[in-house]
Amino acid sequence: MIAENTIETTKIWSLLQEVSDPEIPVLSVVDLGIIRNVTATDDEVKIIITPTYSGCPAITRIEWDLRIKLAENGYKNVSIVSRLSPVWTTDWMSEQGKQKLKAYGIAPPNDTQSVCSPDLFVMDEAVQCPLCNSYNTKLVSRFGSTACKAFYQCKDCSEPFDYFKCH
Amino acid sequence: MITEKEQLVSFVLHLADDSLVLGHRNSEWTGHGPILEQDIAISNIALDLIGQARNFYQYAAALKADGATEDTLAYLRDAMDYKNALIAELNKGDWAVTTLRQFFFSTSKFYLYQQLQNNSDTTLAAIAEKSLKEVTYHLRWSAEWVIRLGDGTDESNARVKTALEYLWPYTGELITPASYEQAQPGIDFAALKKNWTNHVLQVLEQALLTPPVNDWMQSGGKQGIHTEHLGYLLAEMQYLQRSYPGCEW
Ligand SMILES: [Zn+2]
Repeated sequence: MIAENTIETTKIWSLLQEVSDPEIPVLSVVDLGIIRNVTATDDEVKIIITPTYSGCPAITRIEWDLRIKLAENGYKNVSIVSRLSPVWTTDWMSEQGKQKLKAYGIAPPNDTQSVCSPDLFVMDEAVQCPLCNSYNTKLVSRFGSTACKAFYQCKDCSEPFDYFKCH
Repeated sequence: MITEKEQLVSFVLHLADDSLVLGHRNSEWTGHGPILEQDIAISNIALDLIGQARNFYQYAAALKADGATEDTLAYLRDAMDYKNALIAELNKGDWAVTTLRQFFFSTSKFYLYQQLQNNSDTTLAAIAEKSLKEVTYHLRWSAEWVIRLGDGTDESNARVKTALEYLWPYTGELITPASYEQAQPGIDFAALKKNWTNHVLQVLEQALLTPPVNDWMQSGGKQGIHTEHLGYLLAEMQYLQRSYPGCEW
């Protein structure tokens, strides 16, 4: 049994904070909540990641970016394991991440999960316009520019925006 | 004598093939959708399905442990080795065929994954749990389209009626388990059939549609006996790996 090096583990978490989501560069992979665990021993780093969506094309790119970031900082022996369960949820996104999203013009996910029901034509929960903060917004399409976003428009200021939907 | 493990491999491949084949069909809409938002919607559904297929193929490859990979399973098997339900391989047709097929398909996956997420096979349970969230979206989106078309204009109603006549005989396979499905512990196929039927009839009624009285059903896809459509699909999908084996870029 090789003991975990907690100092290294902490250093690695802060390095990972510098790796951004390729599709939403304003968010780090840590903000996004997909880094589930980091364990460092003196000669190995193990990272467990959980993909957001099954078909998320960014996941391979993220794995590469993690390896590059760690290699640049002298960590050569890195293993990255993708784990599906427990399933990633927008609840894992950090508060800081949600603020960054909003500043970037994307409405952050709400806490309630009503969109995850199969019921038809139900009203989605109120989504706040990231520009003028109005809740008077409408869903244009449940599928936005990427699988994790829905497309909305503000009825007050007319801003079209992406909403990082609950999942 | 077919071993338990062989039955499980067949089951996992069936799930993978279902998702890959329908995902590939749906991807044919990319750039051709009726409006931009719906083009993106169907493309995202295609992406989800192909992602789900990858998870199942990876698990099947691990079970087989004979050098197979997700890529060899997708790109180097022939039509007769594919175990997808026939409904997944039919040509994409018009928007009514595409959305109605998605609705039938997603309804069956929704109830199956709901059960599978609690399966004693933890890998299958994890993939099902992950997929279920995505399928829930697909189910809502497709059911809403069926109702919008059925209860829409004269033309949309006529088109979805034609689609219903065409697709209905292919729905039996979705709720009739193959032997390798029945061999899996912890799945209640009778409940699946009941749930599927109830939900489908309820949505069709809202869409002002009645299923055809003729209840003769097509079958064979799950056993590797396919329509001519699958061959064309595989020819296109597998062309590169067949022509340039092991090609990477
Ligand atoms: Zn606004």
